[in-house]
Amino acid sequence: MMRLAIIGMGSVGRGILSALSSRSPGLLITAVADSRSGWIHPDGLDPEEILHRKKSTGLCGDPGITAETIIRTAPYDVLVEVTPTDALTGEPAASNIRGALERGCHVVTSNKGPVSLHSHELSALAEKHGVSFRYEATVAGAIPIIHTLQHGLGGNEIISLYGVLNGTCNYILTRMAEEGLTYRQALDEARTLGYAEADPTYDVRGIDAAIKLVILANTIWKKQITIQDVDVTGIDLLTQEALRLADQQDATIRLIGEIIPSQGVYRLCPRIVPRDHPLVVHGSLNAIIVNTDLAGELVFVGKGAGSLETASAIMSDILFIRDCHAGGY
Amino acid sequence: MQVSMKLELRDTPGQLVTALTPISDMGGNIRTVIHEHDHAAGSNVLSVEVVIEIPAELVQPLIERLRSEGITILRLGEERMSYRQSVILIGHLVHTDLGDTVDRIDRTGFAEVTCMSLSMPAITERTSAQFIIKSLTREHMQQAMEILREVARQKDFLLIEPLEA
Repeated sequence: MMRLAIIGMGSVGRGILSALSSRSPGLLITAVADSRSGWIHPDGLDPEEILHRKKSTGLCGDPGITAETIIRTAPYDVLVEVTPTDALTGEPAASNIRGALERGCHVVTSNKGPVSLHSHELSALAEKHGVSFRYEATVAGAIPIIHTLQHGLGGNEIISLYGVLNGTCNYILTRMAEEGLTYRQALDEARTLGYAEADPTYDVRGIDAAIKLVILANTIWKKQITIQDVDVTGIDLLTQEALRLADQQDATIRLIGEIIPSQGVYRLCPRIVPRDHPLVVHGSLNAIIVNTDLAGELVFVGKGAGSLETASAIMSDILFIRDCHAGGY
Repeated sequence: MQVSMKLELRDTPGQLVTALTPISDMGGNIRTVIHEHDHAAGSNVLSVEVVIEIPAELVQPLIERLRSEGITILRLGEERMSYRQSVILIGHLVHTDLGDTVDRIDRTGFAEVTCMSLSMPAITERTSAQFIIKSLTREHMQQAMEILREVARQKDFLLIEPLEA
């Protein structure tokens, strides 16, 4: 059995526990932690019991046990790092990940902060210790884009990538186009439905989607770029009239991320897109088109966020590690 | 100059070659050929739309040569700017010299703003505008876009470009 330590009990952490409680893929949870407590059991913890404890007490474990203690001392094979993203510092996730890799443990994360800031350093550290560092869940939620580009399309040159990578923005643009809402009205609606954060800046100014472009560029094409290298324009200055003008030519406006590595293009900005274009997906969906030299053009559409959708990406990384390191467990 | 012609040919083998040969013989560069068979109409003619690049002084001799080959010219027109792209600009367009914004493209000689549609909700609010830009070639369109990006930076507009992918 592969042993997991899960750090972070927010929507993603709880999604992983729910997924594990309804199936048994041969994984054992030996430790969990939230920001204020932790629980370690070498024989395995029951996911339902952790969820129940978190729901009824607000803590997943004992206040005397910290995430740091778990990372340094608990018995586990894979650290599942799902704490909230800090895009500026990448902490505490970056330190958590380093701690696990240095112990020779694999790491799977959904945390964009450390990946966008330190992916090369952390991957090198993983390689040095002979373990894996995977982060499928950081880009496009349930769409297995990193795995597909690295393995499914192995041997192809990926010539360009275009994508709708932020569900909040796509929801707002869909509602502005279809219902004639103003930007403000659509944003308020997105907040009410839980698609947008109380402070939506990170999404609507394009920072979230730009970070995903950085992660893709550095992972798929082995670039060394930061968010400063991405030409970013958000959707917060769009007008209802602009959507109507686009509509008059059978088009609409979507926030599109673009990577053309041969031309050094890393761009995220609103674009006029024909209504029947495959990137025109509705609501909070994500969509990605890649152009490759052998396989031609491929389109991926799916949910870009959500508790179980993100858990799906985390689980696939864990099981991929298990299968690649088969025999060790 | 760039010329677009609609030619009527008999629907028999070799007619298209007969029509296109004089063009290349006279040094014309054939840009596009759109070839329509209209079997539904039951006719034995077909029409072909061609866009060619040819020195202006050779247009008349070409017309005569085509006629002597028995080809009917249904339409002939000068096609100056064949590439078309539509962009949206959002900002204080009117108060930042709209004439200058348009002129920055027009004075290049290789691209021009051919249509503009403005939406001004209130005097203090930002204007949204759709510009249709035409250019001689695809490369010229890219240069026109670069100029527009520069104007947008200077005048604090949000420029929304089409996705070409």
